[in-house]
Amino acid sequence: MIYIVIGYLWASILLYLLLGGADFGAGIIELFTSRKNKEKTQHTAYKAIGPLWEANHMWLIIAIVILFVGFPAIYTTMSVHLHIPLLLMLLGIIARGTALTFRHYDAVVDDWQTLYRRIFTYSSFVTPLFLGIIAGSTVSGQIDTEAKTFAGAYLSGWLQLFPVSVGFFTVTICGFLAAVYLIGEATDEADKTRYRIKSRVFQNLAIFCGVLVFAAAAYEHIPLWSWVFGQPVGIAAVALASLSVILFRILLRRPGRQPLRMLAAFQICMILLVTTYHHYPDIVLLKNGHHLSLLEEQGQQKTTEALGWALILGSLFILPALFYLMYAFQMKSRKKVYGQATMHE
Amino acid sequence: MNDFFAARSQMALSLGFHIIFSCIGMVMPFFMAISHYYWLRTGDVVFRNVTRAWSKGVAIFFATGAVSGTVLSFELGLLWPEFMKHAGPIFGMPFSLEGTAFFIEAIALGFFLYGWDKFNKWFHWFTGVVVGISGLASGILVVAANAWMNNPAGFTYRDGVYSDIDPIKAMFNDAWLSQALHMMVAAFVATGFAVAGVHALMVLKGKNVRFHSAAFRIAAAFATIAALLQPLSGDISARDVARRQPAKLAAMEAHFHTESRAPLIIGGIPDEERKEVRYALKLPALLSLMIDHDPDAVVKGLDQIPEADHPPVAVTHYAFQVMVGLGMFMVAVSILYYFIIWKKKRWRDKRWLLKLFVLATPMGFIAVEAGWTVTEVGRQPWIIYGIMRTRDAVTPMPGISYSFLLFSLIYLSLSVIVIFMLYRQIRMVDKLYDVPLPVFKNPEA
Ligand code: HDD
Ligand code: HEM
Ligand code: HEM
Repeated sequence: MIYIVIGYLWASILLYLLLGGADFGAGIIELFTSRKNKEKTQHTAYKAIGPLWEANHMWLIIAIVILFVGFPAIYTTMSVHLHIPLLLMLLGIIARGTALTFRHYDAVVDDWQTLYRRIFTYSSFVTPLFLGIIAGSTVSGQIDTEAKTFAGAYLSGWLQLFPVSVGFFTVTICGFLAAVYLIGEATDEADKTRYRIKSRVFQNLAIFCGVLVFAAAAYEHIPLWSWVFGQPVGIAAVALASLSVILFRILLRRPGRQPLRMLAAFQICMILLVTTYHHYPDIVLLKNGHHLSLLEEQGQQKTTEALGWALILGSLFILPALFYLMYAFQMKSRKKVYGQATMHE
Repeated sequence: MNDFFAARSQMALSLGFHIIFSCIGMVMPFFMAISHYYWLRTGDVVFRNVTRAWSKGVAIFFATGAVSGTVLSFELGLLWPEFMKHAGPIFGMPFSLEGTAFFIEAIALGFFLYGWDKFNKWFHWFTGVVVGISGLASGILVVAANAWMNNPAGFTYRDGVYSDIDPIKAMFNDAWLSQALHMMVAAFVATGFAVAGVHALMVLKGKNVRFHSAAFRIAAAFATIAALLQPLSGDISARDVARRQPAKLAAMEAHFHTESRAPLIIGGIPDEERKEVRYALKLPALLSLMIDHDPDAVVKGLDQIPEADHPPVAVTHYAFQVMVGLGMFMVAVSILYYFIIWKKKRWRDKRWLLKLFVLATPMGFIAVEAGWTVTEVGRQPWIIYGIMRTRDAVTPMPGISYSFLLFSLIYLSLSVIVIFMLYRQIRMVDKLYDVPLPVFKNPEA
């Protein structure tokens, strides 16, 4: 049963990265869109994420609940020593969720919109940044549970080059996912081209940040290189991801969106696989050399059983409904032409 | 402000904020479903407009409820790591089921808010009902988690070790049923009176009377029925508390000395040093009668409980008085309302009745906050009743007072914006809903 629970944890992190990531990315893209296209980007993006954002963001909650029910020691170690980045990420989540809703549902459209937009776009950037920082710091081996000073216990675990570069890497991935997603949602050729260019730019940025991550790891003596390339699975995943990048570039010139999305999702999946595979089942590496392992930190038998069953039962309800939601709005939005969507009154 | 107190205040603030939005998220879907049903059945445009106007307001509340809930799921660990380390695996069952309920709610909400004119009309209506049902389910589940803190069950505790964990037993602990029942009814009272009050005010002002009357009638029906049921459920809760948490009951009643024929103490200023209540109205033997249905029954006072385990008496006592007082006022308003209807008078002509409803607008929510203060402060100094002290659960990280300050600012500004947006929604009723807009399609189409 423990393996089922771990599978769900991994899947919900992946899905949060993919769906929530595309969601954040929409805001990041808006942040880097010229003023004259902002309006349109906002509209296209809202049409795509409006019905889904609450559901996308549930993956995070599921991951948190799995952690605190199934692996309480891991959850509490992270909450104590990564308190500050978690707090900053939370601020981002609050700001983003509310600003998105406010700007859509404010009955009067006036100058307030500028404020909502600003909050929305900046927090779309900040939230994945800290998400990445948190992820990076769990494997950087800098979390010091024995530190005596404030900085040692609560800052130096995450405020390092490596976690921060992972943060930026996450931001670029989100932008990339959103751009790819929006290619399919855009309703005219000019827009499609715009998002094609954006997805290429963000992919380049992601590759660049990926290199930075390796450089930072080398600088801070984190053996990332051997983690990734030291075992066949890592090498295979990197090779497959690189191949898919090339394929993606070729397909980017052609119409059609499903293969592009698949490839983008595949790339993210490989990245997550590479970064978690070497350590599995350890997920938090501490400075004192002790590792928090999913298998060792699991709670008592009965808890794991109950959690596993709750997740299985839950997905029987959720997955069909979720697929129908996505499918239904995909079908409906395809029939609508820009400017006529009734939901935008 | 010391860090421990800051952590408690931040927790209380976050929960107090979240509860408002979650009550609305649980209850409004039912109001909308009724109004929506009338529209689909009768084709009367007013009901469609009410449903639409409500759904826009609710979307704002939902988003705020969702983010404040997300904050809570992190805060449990950020503020109370030692508690979560031991409690997580035991009381986690309701949270893991709640995940499903939230998810279904979020999915159904996507269909409901964005599905106007896109789906079969009854399917669309049904997704609205699903939002309500899954909202109620998640409310019941979280309250089960809270009830476990009041009545820890489903494990064996010896020398700091928690063994033999049984998450199912933990979920269905003794306090669960009475608390969940009381909370769900409270959500209907609070949301119902708040919504009814706003629409009553607009009727009084003579604005869009048909629209606001329709809205008022639906909200008032739910509010008044729930208000009449609430004292019954409160009585169950009180007797339950007397049985499982005598210290909390004694604090609620400011009942310092164990005695038979215990009086019911109303109002007054509890003096914790001298162990007496000054200037209070004391109704002889009533407390014994209420708790045990026997005027001669002995009710345990604070003197039977070690000093170190006393909850703060004054806060608990005042909060309890506020809850019950407001509850009784709302019962009175409800009775008057039914009296008017029974006499076949038009409630709309009774301006005093409408004024009473306007007066009651915030009362349900104040009662909810007060009730939670009773439950949570009355449980002190324990975080897990009788097992773990709150002081031992708090995070070792210093500087929580800054984070408390930060969150206070955030919640303050969010509240201001939400109120401002709601005000704009209501102001726009004239423009949006007075004339049938051409963009709205007939559901038959
Ligand atoms: C509209 C709101 C509202 C109203 C009118 C009342 N209550 Fe209440 N009460 C709540 C809202 C509430 C609450 C906020 O929902 C609480 C907090 C925890 C809970 O389960 O419900 C609560 C808790 C609570 C508790 C503590 C339960 C516990 O700790 O387990 C008692 C004993 C009562 N109530 C009793 C009453 C009585 C005798 C009322 C008589 C009119 C009453 N309440 C009206
Ligand atoms: C939404 C309604 C709730 C409100 C308004 C509320 C209110 C409060 C208040 C006032 C305190 C501070 C008590 C004190 O320090 O004296 C508190 C503490 C706390 N509450 Fe609640 N509470 C609510 C529901 C819950 C639920 C559902 C849970 C958990 C499942 C919970 C968990 C806690 C914890 C962990 C603390 C901190 C420890 C403590 O002070 O006991 N609360 N809450
Ligand atoms: C008595 C206390 C509580 C009640 C009745 C309650 C009820 C609800 C309801 C009905 C919702 C969905 C409606 C909405 O989104 O507005 C909600 C949202 C949420 N609640 Fe609470 N809640 C309580 C306390 C808590 C606590 C203590 C936690 C965290 C540990 C929590 C976590 C959440 C989360 C994460 C969401 C967001 C779900 C989403 O994204 O849709 N709630 N709550």
